[in-house]
Amino acid sequence: MRKTPLALAVATLAFTSALATADEPKRGGVIDTIIQPEPPGLVLGMVQNDPTRKVAGNIYEGLLSYSTDLEPRPQLAESWDVSDDGLVYTFHLRDDVRWHDGEAFTAEDVVFSADIFHRELNPSARAVLQHVESIEATDDHTVVFTLAEPFGPFLLSFEAGTFTMVPKHIYEGTEFRDNEANNHPIGTGPFKFDDWERGTVIQLVRNDDYYEEGLPYLDGVNWHVIPDGASRAVAYENGTVDVLPNGTVENFDIPRLTEMDNTCVTEEGHEYFSPFAMLWMNNREGPTADKRFRQAVMYAMDREFARDVLWNGLGQVPLSAFGSNAKFRHDGLEPYDHDPDRARELLDEMGYDGEEVRLLPLPYGETWTRWAEAVQQNLREVGINVRTQSTDVGGWNQRLGDWDYDMAFTYLYQYGDPALGITRSYRSDNIEKGSPWNNVEGYENERIDELFDQAATAYPEEEREAFYREAQEILHEDVPVGWLLELGFPTIYRCDVKDLVTSGVGVNDGFRNAWLDR
Amino acid sequence: MLYVRLIAMRLLKAVVVLFLIVIFNFVLIQLAPGDPAAILAGEAGATDEEFLRQLRERFGLDQPLYVQLWHYLSGIATLDFGWSYRQGMPVLDLILARLPATLLLTGTAFVLSLALGIVLGSMAAARVKKPSGSLIMALALIFYATPLFWVALMAVVLFSVYLGWLPAYGMYTVGAGHTGFALVLDVAKHLVLPATTLALFFMAIYTRMTRASMLEASQQDYVKTARAKGLSPRVIQRRHILRNALLPIITLAGLQAGQMVGGAILTETVFAWPGIGRLMFEALQQRDYNLLLGIFFFSAALVIVFNIITDLVYRLADPRIKEAS
Repeated sequence: MRKTPLALAVATLAFTSALATADEPKRGGVIDTIIQPEPPGLVLGMVQNDPTRKVAGNIYEGLLSYSTDLEPRPQLAESWDVSDDGLVYTFHLRDDVRWHDGEAFTAEDVVFSADIFHRELNPSARAVLQHVESIEATDDHTVVFTLAEPFGPFLLSFEAGTFTMVPKHIYEGTEFRDNEANNHPIGTGPFKFDDWERGTVIQLVRNDDYYEEGLPYLDGVNWHVIPDGASRAVAYENGTVDVLPNGTVENFDIPRLTEMDNTCVTEEGHEYFSPFAMLWMNNREGPTADKRFRQAVMYAMDREFARDVLWNGLGQVPLSAFGSNAKFRHDGLEPYDHDPDRARELLDEMGYDGEEVRLLPLPYGETWTRWAEAVQQNLREVGINVRTQSTDVGGWNQRLGDWDYDMAFTYLYQYGDPALGITRSYRSDNIEKGSPWNNVEGYENERIDELFDQAATAYPEEEREAFYREAQEILHEDVPVGWLLELGFPTIYRCDVKDLVTSGVGVNDGFRNAWLDR
Repeated sequence: MLYVRLIAMRLLKAVVVLFLIVIFNFVLIQLAPGDPAAILAGEAGATDEEFLRQLRERFGLDQPLYVQLWHYLSGIATLDFGWSYRQGMPVLDLILARLPATLLLTGTAFVLSLALGIVLGSMAAARVKKPSGSLIMALALIFYATPLFWVALMAVVLFSVYLGWLPAYGMYTVGAGHTGFALVLDVAKHLVLPATTLALFFMAIYTRMTRASMLEASQQDYVKTARAKGLSPRVIQRRHILRNALLPIITLAGLQAGQMVGGAILTETVFAWPGIGRLMFEALQQRDYNLLLGIFFFSAALVIVFNIITDLVYRLADPRIKEAS
């Protein structure tokens, strides 16, 4: 496993001893980890929030999984064929898979999950399903998806969190959300749901009938619920938990924790999501409606400083709208380096009169508050009159949903392909009041709409590149939003926990391959 | 007989008060910015109009406010506190599941603070001009002035991280599978830090109050009389001074008891204690209206109950207080 520079700084003794004993996985043991905040439910597909994905990704599976390079790999589907015109996708399913209650997993489950369950409940699946004309089971272990038009990122949509496979025999004909079985989720994954003491712990145990020989190695996983950030750090320090998934401790605790003996850090396992922090800027009114103002903001911000000081050097400063993991990234663009003079020039040119601009931090913890302060200071240096406002999550949601803001922090997942995770922030038909996650900034550009449309449906893959290149050039010039940082979400763990992150969604199906070298 | 009538009257009033509290809370919560459906959707990180519509319809959020209020009130009349949007469970189940943990924590803290406060306060009163008395008062002042969360964190650093004597969080050891006496012991160990943290502040108040009130009582004529009779100082201290000094402490204890559910948010959060306070804080953040209203209802009911109990205890402590009050 590749380690970040931070992890390399860890005591060499622990590191070398870990190297010496690697290789042969050992069986047994229970890993204690943390889930923060406590998820609302564990039926993936019914709830899509991050804590649910983290826990339930060990219980449920999708047809495919993805490598850290985002190449599709078999999971419940053993193999797949794509027709020459890019319209027909045929999945061949494994024939030895059983649900946790012992029933066999078949093609009927796939059709039910995709065509009925997710069409009704799951907005992210719905976005993909609008390209799908029909889903058919041709025999017990073959499923055929027929698309209405080619859709480039289609193969990237079968991850467990988006197209979760749910058991037909339990949900068919019931009111899905009221189903009794929701309290005892049943999937096909390496771990089975055991118990959930609300407010204390969620316990998973190994699935002895798992189809992959020998997996999982662990006897179980305990997800502790600890609401206070400092207490979560203590839980790691005093040895109660062995793994701290991303977001469980405040950033300023990370250097201290990683200096502990037998402690490793990795940024891997987020390739599929590639969380991208952005600064929404209101394109509709006020100074932020002027392109030159938004460019000035880009030049004014010292993004390297924010990464190094606030995020402990983790993450990458983005070039423009496409993150470094995104397909078709255009590397030829001129970066917006920290250049206060250039920012001042642009502000002069547009005749900025010092009108006050409101800045809304993301209410997700200390780091975000401090980040907003740093940006505020950067902007003041070039003469922008910024006032920060504070809200809680509810207020933040409402402000953004109502477009009642000038600048606001956020972060969004990229989902590997521009058509899945990036387009949504810039297309004009995605402007809709009431949601803080669509085209909140109100950017309207016909050419961009056209380009994104063409790029999504062009086939084969190579045809898409030219459209995305032009789109990136336009976005880079227009700066509809500020591109802050591709966040590096660190997973901190004891070095004797092995093979913790082995896929592009690693943190979400984290314990499938994990084992304890103790 | 008198007591029965008294209690009946008070309970009748309580129902009216609770009814008004429910309506007041309902309106108040609606004034907070933030739409529960948007928050739920936001948590999911993905949304479309359909999703928001489904959520609103499912939770009746698309209906006019008065209809929602009517539904809520008629639900409460049958002890149906509604459904928690976020947790996907009946509110009553959630509250009943968390109530024992909170009562254990705050109950322990209550007893601890009251007992220690009275003992320390009496000691300080008896040692008015001695260094030991001043030391007690200094400590009381420190605990009174120090923020609760800081005390909690320092206690964790010292006893849990540094010394390793006590568990830092949770209510029992997860995965240990203790039963019977071992479980009781395990829970007791987990209880020490949060209960002490929660107790310190009120202990400080009781200490100061007991001392002040005992010093005042010791100047009264009946104490002089007792001394003149030749009773031992210890008996005077306990029977004549302390008993008469207790009334203000009972008032305060009644208040503390009433706050037991709501006041533990910080402690429960820092120590990951699975109680009501945390549930309330989370419900507030999620704009989980039904759950929040349910917890408000229970807290209000608890305050009312403890007010009644306090009144009764008053009567026991000082028979001169009559029904007229």
